[in-house]
Amino acid sequence: MDLGKDLVAASATPLVLAILAEGTSYGYAIIKRVTELSGGHLQWTDGMLYPVLHRLERQGYVAAKWGAAENGRRRKYYRITKEGRAQLAAQRQRWQVVDDTLRGIWMRACTT
Amino acid sequence: MMPPADRPPIEEQIAQWRAYLRRRRAIHGPDVEELEGHLRDQLGVLAEAGLAEDEAFLVAVKRMGSLDALSREFAREHSERLWKQLVTAPEAADESGKSTRSETLVVLGLAVAAALAIKVPALFGLQLGGGDEGFYARNASLFVLPLLTAYFAWKRGLHAVSGLWLAVPFAAGAIFANLFPFRAGSDTEALTALHLPIALWLAVGVAYVGGRWFAGGGRMDFVRFSGELVIYYVLIALGGGVLTGFTMMMFKAIKLDAGWLAQGWLIPCGAMGAVIVGSWLVEAKQSVIENMAPVLTRLFTPLFTAVLLVFLATMAWTGRPIDVEREVLIAFDLLLVMVVGLVLYAASARDPEAPPDFFDGLQLLLVVCALVVDALALAAIAARISEFGFTPNRVAALGENLILLVNLAWSAWLYARFLRARGSFAALERWQIAYLPVYAVWAAFVVVAFPLVFGYR
Repeated sequence: MDLGKDLVAASATPLVLAILAEGTSYGYAIIKRVTELSGGHLQWTDGMLYPVLHRLERQGYVAAKWGAAENGRRRKYYRITKEGRAQLAAQRQRWQVVDDTLRGIWMRACTT
Repeated sequence: MMPPADRPPIEEQIAQWRAYLRRRRAIHGPDVEELEGHLRDQLGVLAEAGLAEDEAFLVAVKRMGSLDALSREFAREHSERLWKQLVTAPEAADESGKSTRSETLVVLGLAVAAALAIKVPALFGLQLGGGDEGFYARNASLFVLPLLTAYFAWKRGLHAVSGLWLAVPFAAGAIFANLFPFRAGSDTEALTALHLPIALWLAVGVAYVGGRWFAGGGRMDFVRFSGELVIYYVLIALGGGVLTGFTMMMFKAIKLDAGWLAQGWLIPCGAMGAVIVGSWLVEAKQSVIENMAPVLTRLFTPLFTAVLLVFLATMAWTGRPIDVEREVLIAFDLLLVMVVGLVLYAASARDPEAPPDFFDGLQLLLVVCALVVDALALAAIAARISEFGFTPNRVAALGENLILLVNLAWSAWLYARFLRARGSFAALERWQIAYLPVYAVWAAFVVVAFPLVFGYR
């Protein structure tokens, strides 16, 4: 499903933070997890994840460290920080509001 | 890097993709590595799913997204990267033979050497600001230009023999600057101080083009280099002025006079070292940012043309003659230098293949105006000279005026031909480039002959 650029961009931050809240991860695994969680509905252009990760790093929500991958190459691992968790909680509340509102109006549409 | 033949085709494809990515200014080395890791992870998974290598590569690259969109996103996140990259240009480092690090060391060494060189005469009792200004003025260029030449000789990998040939003009310059018994504060001494750097700048140019003055486009590059160096030098000098000001102010606050420090060390040593550092910056940045000299040329050509037109109209309207004061000849020389500079730097930035446009017409108008104004000034000055006779200053200024006039007159002719589609712009560029040694030869003539002819007046 095509969600449109704005919605993808808006949901990227909470989604990445939520995935990193499950544990330290890296770019390719994050993309895979997004596809998994959305059942394949949410398709990101792979490259676009990295500017998002770099922005989150600059904002202090995630911390990055170069480590070794299984295949011996260098790989950049990201983990969520304390500020990141706080931000995730805030984002969650906001999305909850949007979700509740939409749900409310759509439930009413169904009942009438 | 491995030779292509030893690598499997997929590695070759990845290397190519990486090279494309590297060229994007907003995407830095570590980002490229991160993205490449991602691509390889993706390739591994796709290969496991049964895709052939090249199919997997196509799919993985497609999923990565278009490079344009990607580098736009990176630029949005890292907007500072579009501004930086100035002092360090690490991308070029692995391609050129000489690493950035060793170049930095050479440049710093030469800059320090230039800064110290100006203090060497003080060891022999020649004090700056102690009545020996004449010596320093005559020799100023000799403290730094040999070192600058050495830098280019090193950078271009010049042969030792040609290096020795390049030492000849500097040795000659040192002899002619110091052999003659100049009277202190004489006109001929001032002329030597002004003309020696111009003559020696040609030697720097020969080193800059790697010893092959007549081959290829090196000479135009040297013109571009000279223009950028002037701009960088002015910027560095501004910074140096601020530094000096703060030094004076802070030491004044603790009731100490730092004047000797500023005048004896900061300013002279800084002025010398800045030539080397400025040259290095121009060299390092030539491919990174747009050159400033052509931009300034575009900005000031219309303004100069307008001012000259207004001046001519005013002269015609009021009928006022040019009042020949002492400095008038010099002022009109400088005007011509300015106009030649504008023509030269417009030519340096122009694509010789492009058809004539509005700006070329403006250039021609500027040159013609300058010629008319100069002809009026020359007529006035000729009258003055026939009345009061020759002095070294007048002859030098007249000679320069003549040289610039010939250049501009022929340039105007070539411009007119080009505008009427009878000639190519390349002809104008060739003329300007071929004319460059004339300035140096005349300057050398002034240094060598004038003191003798005018008896060290």
